[in-house]
Amino acid sequence: MADDAFVVETKGLVKRFGATEAVGGIDIAVPGGTTAALLGGNGAGKTTTLAMLLGLIEPTSGSIRVLGADMLRDRHRVLARMNFSSPYMDLPHRLTVRQNLVVYGRLYATLALKERIARLARDLQIDGFLDRQTGTLSSGQRTRVALAKALVNEPELLLLDEPTASLDPDTADWVRTYLEAYRARTGATLLLASHNMAEVERLADQVMMMRRGRIVDRGTPQELIARHGRASLEEVFLDIAREKDLAAQ
Amino acid sequence: MTLFSASRIATMLLRYLYLLRSSWPRALELVYWPTIQMILWGYTSQFLMTNSSYVARASGVLLGAVLLWDVMFRGQLGISVSFLEELWSRNLGQLFISPLRPYEWALAMMAMSLVRVAIGVVPAALLAIPMYHYSIFTLGLPLVAFFALLVAMGWALGLAIGALLLRHGLGAESLAWLAAFLLAPASAVYYPVSVLPHWVQIWAALLPSAHVFEGMRGVMFEHRFALDHFLAATALDVVYLAIGGWLFLDSFEAARRRGSLLQQGE
Repeated sequence: MADDAFVVETKGLVKRFGATEAVGGIDIAVPGGTTAALLGGNGAGKTTTLAMLLGLIEPTSGSIRVLGADMLRDRHRVLARMNFSSPYMDLPHRLTVRQNLVVYGRLYATLALKERIARLARDLQIDGFLDRQTGTLSSGQRTRVALAKALVNEPELLLLDEPTASLDPDTADWVRTYLEAYRARTGATLLLASHNMAEVERLADQVMMMRRGRIVDRGTPQELIARHGRASLEEVFLDIAREKDLAAQ
Repeated sequence: MTLFSASRIATMLLRYLYLLRSSWPRALELVYWPTIQMILWGYTSQFLMTNSSYVARASGVLLGAVLLWDVMFRGQLGISVSFLEELWSRNLGQLFISPLRPYEWALAMMAMSLVRVAIGVVPAALLAIPMYHYSIFTLGLPLVAFFALLVAMGWALGLAIGALLLRHGLGAESLAWLAAFLLAPASAVYYPVSVLPHWVQIWAALLPSAHVFEGMRGVMFEHRFALDHFLAATALDVVYLAIGGWLFLDSFEAARRRGSLLQQGE
């Protein structure tokens, strides 16, 4: 029986692409109002896991419950209450920022959309280029626009794939601060995939370390650091990554 | 650093050959156009050689055919281009994490295709009036039926091409521009179906477009609306729309299983 205290809950989640097992039977339980992070190297299965939670990829087996809904059968019931931002998914380049936000705001049936866009533009400091084509923006500007799109429906569950990838340290810090403020203001649940240790250490209440499609360890950042006898999460990450290398030899 | 390097040129040639080899639709495209043009204009020339009074008997028959063919082509392209826009902008993932359902997307593309047909064909039809003293609107009410039947066929084809794009990504892009013309010779756009070899006539009977163009010639030459062709085209459109819709939705689910909604590209 699923426990609806968890905003995200998976059991035995598996995804195979032919002979390749991208995700190998993972259990996730993220309580409401917290931030959880999937941490792992390239190819660990983080993005595939997020895509399954969003309904973009159909799992081979296992169960997924998000916001109380069975995502394998009934994902459209809750898609309007969640959202996602990823550097690997673009917004149409030839549409202006405002047009993109209008399109997605309408798809998510956002109420008082004009006011919502105005507020997001102010909060995310994109009001100076709302009427510019999205394709003409810098990387940092695009990241803020992508975040605005991900927040256009004020999601109860926000999934983020490497939210500060390719950003300079100042902009990355600004984005992290904004995400912390958003969670504090709305009580939303955040689940992010990252291989940025500083980011995970700062934002996450719970970290799930992934390797080769499996969760190999989990806990708070402090618990993981203590358990591995290391000084930082980065050292824990390297321990786990090097175990992978040894296993591969 | 040399100013001219045959090796660099060969490397770039290799790069384009890799691309060509990676996608069978791209290779097919090379053969396709010359062959289709040869077949289409071969039948047209053959017919006109023995029926020189054809155009004189109903002025505008070729212009009417061109305009109506464009209705079918724009109807298909209307869906295909809307679809390609999402692939080009790597936007499919964004769309389908939203509450949008695939059939809603298909219906939106159909609506957009009507807009594209109107923008593309209506000005050309109006321009033909002062330029050639030919108005396709003189076809009267049957024009509405021909228009609807050809647009519906274009939609069915557009949905089927969308299914291929979902399976093969942008490697199948050229099909969007070519597929309709594959049907042109058997559609008997510029000549009667009877000109075609018997085995092609069998194929023509299965194409709503062939029934529409036979119907158009019936209105122009005999001043009668061929109900049998209208009913045949309607029934075929219903079947093809159902098949196109099914292929599209099935390919969407297959893309979810493969995880390719996140990774559409060349």
